[in-house]
Amino acid sequence: MTTVDQHVVEIVCDSGEGAQTAGQMFGTISARMGYGVWTVEIIPAEIEPPNRSRAGASGNRIRIGTQPIINMGDSADIVLAFNEQVLYSRIDVGAFGRGTRIFLENKWATDPDEGIRKDYADALADFEKRGYVVYEVPMEVECLKVVADARRGKNIWNLGLLCALYQYDPALVGAELEKKFQRKGTKVIEANKDLFKAGYEWCQENVDFGFQVPVQPSEGQSVVMNGNTAAALGIMAAGMDLCSMYPITPATSVSHYLAAAFQRTGGVVHQAEDEIAAIGFAIGASYAGKTAVTVTSGPGLALKTEFIGLAVMSEIPLVIVVVQRGGPSTGLPTRVEQGDLLASLYAAPGDAPKIVMAPTTIAECFHFMITARKLAEAYRGPVIVLTDANLATGQTLFERPVVEESWFAPPVDQSDWQPDVKPYAWDDDTGLSPRPIPGQRDGSYVLTGLAHDENSRIAYDSDINQRSMNRRSRKLHTLHKSLKPPVVHGDDSGDLLVVSWGSTGGAIEEAVDRVRADGGKLSCVSLRFLSPLEPGLKEIFDRFKKVMTIEINYSEPADEPGIPEANRRYSQLAWLLRATTLVDIDCWSRVSGIPLPPGVIEAELRRRINLKPRSGADVRIEAGLGS
Amino acid sequence: MYGLKLDWDPEPETKCFVLQDYQGLEPRWCPGCGDLAVLAALQRLVRDEQIPPEKIAVISGIGCSSRFPHYMKTYGFHGLHGRPLPIASGVRSRRPDLDVFVITGDGDCCAIGTSHWIHAIRYNMNMTVLMLDNNIYGLTKMQSSPTTRLGKKSNTHPRGTILGPLDPISVTLSITNASFVAQTVDWNPPHVLATIRAAHEHQGLSFVRIMQRCPHYTPEIWTEYQQDPSCIFLLDHPDGIPVDAGVARLFENKVDHDPSDLPAARDLAALDEVIPIGLLYRNPDAQRYDLAMHEGLDMPLDDRITAAQAEVDRFLI
Repeated sequence: MTTVDQHVVEIVCDSGEGAQTAGQMFGTISARMGYGVWTVEIIPAEIEPPNRSRAGASGNRIRIGTQPIINMGDSADIVLAFNEQVLYSRIDVGAFGRGTRIFLENKWATDPDEGIRKDYADALADFEKRGYVVYEVPMEVECLKVVADARRGKNIWNLGLLCALYQYDPALVGAELEKKFQRKGTKVIEANKDLFKAGYEWCQENVDFGFQVPVQPSEGQSVVMNGNTAAALGIMAAGMDLCSMYPITPATSVSHYLAAAFQRTGGVVHQAEDEIAAIGFAIGASYAGKTAVTVTSGPGLALKTEFIGLAVMSEIPLVIVVVQRGGPSTGLPTRVEQGDLLASLYAAPGDAPKIVMAPTTIAECFHFMITARKLAEAYRGPVIVLTDANLATGQTLFERPVVEESWFAPPVDQSDWQPDVKPYAWDDDTGLSPRPIPGQRDGSYVLTGLAHDENSRIAYDSDINQRSMNRRSRKLHTLHKSLKPPVVHGDDSGDLLVVSWGSTGGAIEEAVDRVRADGGKLSCVSLRFLSPLEPGLKEIFDRFKKVMTIEINYSEPADEPGIPEANRRYSQLAWLLRATTLVDIDCWSRVSGIPLPPGVIEAELRRRINLKPRSGADVRIEAGLGS
Repeated sequence: MYGLKLDWDPEPETKCFVLQDYQGLEPRWCPGCGDLAVLAALQRLVRDEQIPPEKIAVISGIGCSSRFPHYMKTYGFHGLHGRPLPIASGVRSRRPDLDVFVITGDGDCCAIGTSHWIHAIRYNMNMTVLMLDNNIYGLTKMQSSPTTRLGKKSNTHPRGTILGPLDPISVTLSITNASFVAQTVDWNPPHVLATIRAAHEHQGLSFVRIMQRCPHYTPEIWTEYQQDPSCIFLLDHPDGIPVDAGVARLFENKVDHDPSDLPAARDLAALDEVIPIGLLYRNPDAQRYDLAMHEGLDMPLDDRITAAQAEVDRFLI
């Protein structure tokens, strides 16, 4: 029995063999036991990839720990695989390292097909070379002792194995199985309980090692969910009752949950004919007094651009959730990237100042929705909330939010409008103005996307355009003044400051902590507001010898041959911060489509401050990521 | 009705709306523009119906006719080229209490906004859509539109258009769940008013194509129809657009057409050389998407909070 403070488990199979179910259950059970948990879905790129395909891995990565877990971790410690081929897609993304223990279905060794037998043998040899420790397990044979069709049961048998490996209480799992298969009847429940028990006992009898992760139960209640569900719940808790969307990966699941939940909480999901109509519909609802939300990803953001410009120009409150994926074009639909920061800030004809915020955690995916609706209404314009595929599908637990009345939108104001108040009575200092809502007597005005004056009258004269642009821009300064400087993680000064935004924050924090524990003088800061930026950034940057961003979008290293310094392309936050602070901010980024593991970040940080690489998995993960 | 309401209203202080209450800025359309006739008709309609101006939303796209909301003294939304229908649908989805009118043109509706046109017809949300069709792009200076006649010379087709026009009525009639399809001509104001009145009364999306000329770029397109009214079929039916004697006198070809007869409507729309005016099709039983969208709108705040709380609880561990 080995005691560890955290462990990474993966369970992978061909699509349809149920590893995702088993993985999710393991995550839920772990959370219920009081562990910190972060789970990541492993999704094949196709709906039904061929069996035993390298591209077809389906399953889950589950990281558990004594402390709260804020990212997916480094190479896996334990892997359960239903065939050897699906492991290669995980090897491609650097999921395993030397010493990773793999429990592998061994039926392929005796498959009637000679080709399969050979592939299996080759893979075993290859895995050994790579330093993995493989345990061949007769999964199918053992399952067939309990059920007639092993394909429908191997997952729960493996869940049993896994729970035995970590000394989980089988009774707790029994209750979970009952809940999971409740709708399928007692027969199915009993079969699964038998499978679980068989896997559990097989592990106890045949595996001569095990792990113990100490539990440190937290006080108070927690909820567990992924970022898209958190966003959906946040939308509801913000009192928004219309989500207008068009299906796009990886954003769509926000609407899946909402579509069901709105039936209970009052609201509707409108699936529009296209991305443009989706935002147009939301804008119509917002104009009519009910701030709406539209949910999309990069390609949809591109299509929505003209309407976003209209919302800025005519000052319509609106929440736009952009769950980023890999770009450009159709790019990497299911993968992680932070490539839409600059598009969110600048992709509109002319100058279209708007609020852009980015949650760093899954809890923030929930809470930012409430903030976003309020900001949209107070600042009379669109608010873009940038999340990404990592937050969208990663699952973790956070403190149970207690829904408050003050989070909800007030009822649509239908009181009489003061006739002498113009529809854009811009305050000279703040740029803010009250908004008449259709139905308010004496408030009639014609909203237009053309240049207009305080009366919303079309105006082409240069003074009015200059003034109205200035007033709309001013709103961002008003918000900027109300924000607090971001909190620096680590010392207030030092050799290196890492700046990040969005989902990378958790992995960067962990990497920084590891290097600090080794004597490195570095800190990190994660930005939640990208437009306007939080105040005090330059002052923070000035306290560090070097400042760099770490992001998941494209950039070029300073020392790459063939890249002239004058033409070097920086990653997006670095570009923005260099322009706004005039600090010589460097960057390091990857577009490998996966969340940055803390070990990879750690290796880069050590390189930056001339600390020796830590012996361990980090270097190999870097190799897996490509350079 | 306006006159009656004055006499019947038991509350003497209740305001009675007059035309000026609906008149916004001075229209800046060219003299002779068909848009002016439609504007006058719409203002008369809402005056006759005594709809409070603040309860009206006039939503348009971009183009000459889309300046329309500025000339109404109601709430208006002069949005993006081709996109008035999604905006109007959004308004309608949250505000069943508002009267929603959409003003669009042949370019706005049948070119850049085509997908929204098709789907708005299918959604059949309660609103009145007026498609002001002058067969040309006027605001951008005489480019061919989808409804431009074959051979018409324009700045984008100096030797004449290559393709014949798309027929908006045939298209609309072929869209599943269409519920009200009518056509009228700008040179007969009483028929314009009667048509949009019927459109407004209809519960669902009413699509009205108003054929009109552009005094600058297509002044001649309807001349033959004006000079020879036999080119026009005036659709007449007890369930159709009421035709008064004055209108009837102008059109010698009265055609009896039952607006519930979809195949007959499609046949009429497909006729070459002849324009049917009046109500081609009406189906009061077509499904209405807005009714489904309004479910839950009246849920009290306390219930919403309780329900949201319960949703959060589903994720408790």
